[in-house]
Amino acid sequence: MAKVWINGETSVEVKHAEGVNAVHLTVDDKDIVVSGGQTILQAVERMPGIGNIPALCYHPAVKPYGACRICTVEVSEDGGSKFKFVAACLYPVKEGLIVKTQTEKIKKLRKGIIELLLARCPNVKRVQELAKEYGVEKPRFVLGDQDCILCGLCVRACQEIIGKSAISLVNRGIYKEVAAPFYAYELSGDCIGCGDCAFVCPTGAIEMGPDGKPVLPKVKIPYAEIEAMMKKETVPPS
Amino acid sequence: MVEQVRNLLERRVESPQELESRRQSILAERDSSQTCISVCGGTACRASGAEAVVDAFIDTIERRELQVQVSLKETGCHGFCERGPLVVIEPKKVFYQRVQPEDVEEIIEETILGGRIVERLLYVDPTTDKTITYEPDVPFYQKQTRTIFGANGQIDPTNIEDYIAAGGYSALAKALFQMSPDKIIEEVKKSGLRGRGGGGFATGRKWQSCREAKGDVKYVICNADEGDPGAYQDRSLLEGNPHSVLEGMIIGAYAIGSRRGYIYVRNEYPLAVEHARIAIEQAMDYGLLGKNILGSGFDFTVTINKGGGAFVCGESSALMASLEGKVGEPKAKYVHMSEKGLWDNPSLLNNVKTWANVPLIINKGADWYAKIGTAGSKGTMIFSLVGNIVNTGLVEVPMGITLRDMIFDIGGGIPDGKKFKAVQTGGPSGGCIPEKYLDTPVDFDELTKLGSMMGSGGMIVMDEDTCMVDVARYFIEFLKGESCGKCTPCREGINRMSEILSNITQGKGKPEDLDTLQDLAGVLSAGALCALGQTAANPVLSTIRYFKDEYLAHINDKKCPAGVCRELIQFSIDADKCEGCLRCLRECPTGAISGQKRQAHTINQDMCIKCGACYDVCKFNAVLKR
Repeated sequence: MAKVWINGETSVEVKHAEGVNAVHLTVDDKDIVVSGGQTILQAVERMPGIGNIPALCYHPAVKPYGACRICTVEVSEDGGSKFKFVAACLYPVKEGLIVKTQTEKIKKLRKGIIELLLARCPNVKRVQELAKEYGVEKPRFVLGDQDCILCGLCVRACQEIIGKSAISLVNRGIYKEVAAPFYAYELSGDCIGCGDCAFVCPTGAIEMGPDGKPVLPKVKIPYAEIEAMMKKETVPPS
Repeated sequence: MVEQVRNLLERRVESPQELESRRQSILAERDSSQTCISVCGGTACRASGAEAVVDAFIDTIERRELQVQVSLKETGCHGFCERGPLVVIEPKKVFYQRVQPEDVEEIIEETILGGRIVERLLYVDPTTDKTITYEPDVPFYQKQTRTIFGANGQIDPTNIEDYIAAGGYSALAKALFQMSPDKIIEEVKKSGLRGRGGGGFATGRKWQSCREAKGDVKYVICNADEGDPGAYQDRSLLEGNPHSVLEGMIIGAYAIGSRRGYIYVRNEYPLAVEHARIAIEQAMDYGLLGKNILGSGFDFTVTINKGGGAFVCGESSALMASLEGKVGEPKAKYVHMSEKGLWDNPSLLNNVKTWANVPLIINKGADWYAKIGTAGSKGTMIFSLVGNIVNTGLVEVPMGITLRDMIFDIGGGIPDGKKFKAVQTGGPSGGCIPEKYLDTPVDFDELTKLGSMMGSGGMIVMDEDTCMVDVARYFIEFLKGESCGKCTPCREGINRMSEILSNITQGKGKPEDLDTLQDLAGVLSAGALCALGQTAANPVLSTIRYFKDEYLAHINDKKCPAGVCRELIQFSIDADKCEGCLRCLRECPTGAISGQKRQAHTINQDMCIKCGACYDVCKFNAVLKR
């Protein structure tokens, strides 16, 4: 147990923050001491009442990935004269770092990202909640009907925790999706049906099917295109 | 077998003195007054038939038994791609352009044997109508400073002796035996060299941080994953002078203490891959790579890694992920790759052109190098000048030259007497610069100020018939296909930009679209994970900044002023000008044109698919495009 000081007055008992490896940060004008070797998001998450950093693709059990960008904050390494945007889930805490989690620029950026996510996944509850919090009403774009935000948590859990890598993110850009190798579990036989992917999914896009295997989200709009493309490129066995 | 080993041992150069004596003996063996036919074997010249020309030369020389008098050499890209295939006859440097296999007999007969010039193959400067006989007199070359690219047209890239004869690997010898690693880094720092891949980061600083980084294993990487539409300078350099890149890499490796290097080159560049492979093999044979380089005790090897052609793999962290055998996705670089890169080891990654600059700096000194260029950007830069320009090709110019000099003096201006409209610099993540900024000196900082960037040196010139909204749409469409899809702003944001721009070009634009585009641009630049996303909005922002009226014409008046966007133009026939020749009527693929002979024709708008065939074939300019 170590003591962490907020503004030099209030102190909060926290488990981490060892004195030897202490790093001093300023988060939203509050001076705090945290243990080194962690990211801004990890540090702030353990500090009730300090900062407000939403995150979608972050989960403490797997390595940070930096895909959703909703945790973006402004940081300054030079005492506050120059600020830059960084992903809090990946940026390591450093001595003297100034972090701002709620500036107008940050709010605007998060709003923009949420608008894009809401347009992709208008029916996802977690995204709807964030939209409400950040004041996004109706996206200005054509609405999609997907459930998957491509946070990659399922893939990382399968790889890092289960050690199976039965699913992966395939294709790129807007065509990216979660899939088993060659779109078929039976080909690799790696899926053990543990349900970890469905458990960790923040949007409920993965459900366990009657055969004990997860039903993966499909990229609904362009998937037909991909299928057609794959059919066209398939070379008949000689 | 014994013979082979002996040959191999004889080829090995064991010391700097031996390198110099080897160079002297190569030069002595070669008679510089002997006639040598050098054919450009760059990709562009090959595409216009250079290989058939080489074959024809070999054939003719053998048939007429001229092997003793004449030698033949296939070199790298000369740069004047517009006029390929290029043939230069040494030693006088007689310059023939657009040479075809059927011209070969005449060249041999007249020039080689008769000492006469084949007039019809000479280059005529279109601005002055002057016929130019010798290569150095071609205005396209005269206004360039070809410090890196100059050797390309003179050496056979598949023969290391050509490179050694031209003084190659002397910088390596100097670095290994006369300089300490710190001195080398100091020299590179002092030269002011900045990364030529696009970022423009100070090269010396990068080297230093990699040298200081903790770790026994360090890597040196050459980024040859050039993928910008219209850019091919890295390709041409690696194809035409691979040893200069290798030499730079070996010096860099020695400076940071690395023993292993990689060339990451895209598989779509087969010639670059092949020439790099041959260069590595030959350098190994000569003891310039491998164990105990030049007898210095320093070991270094280079491996080629062929990329799958993803644009994003030109981004350093994605490139390293791909090198590791993983999906080519960028990662956050809050800890620099020079400290924690490939397999989490310190890794020094530089662009092809950056590496090729290094031997020059070591040989001629940082002070000499720093004299070229502007205050913030030193040295020369190779640009690929493409698009609506008379002299398409690769040009090497000192930093600080104006866009106008580059486009009009070297590039020869816009073809067909058309007006200049904009130049897109820096590839898909760069911006479009309009005419009023043509006198801007070209360097890293000035281009950034204009909302564009240096990038890897792409320069696409556009004439008055270009629709800037369509250009923005094109680049966004390109990036949409090349975004890796990892982060939300890039994946979703570029896709939405593409939707909006397509709508605008189809006449479905809304007045609020410009604001939405700018909002999306803000999300991309602040929120995207890597430079691809962060700069993706540049083509949109710069065209809105400089050509807003064109956007407004598309959105409000549903007109495309340049007459490019199909949904917004209409073809009609001017009855006064139409002679009733039936040409357009026959050409029209949908039968939309009707009319009798010698009577004015008309176009049925419902049937017209706006292919423009009638517009192209009409000899009387009677078809109107509005």
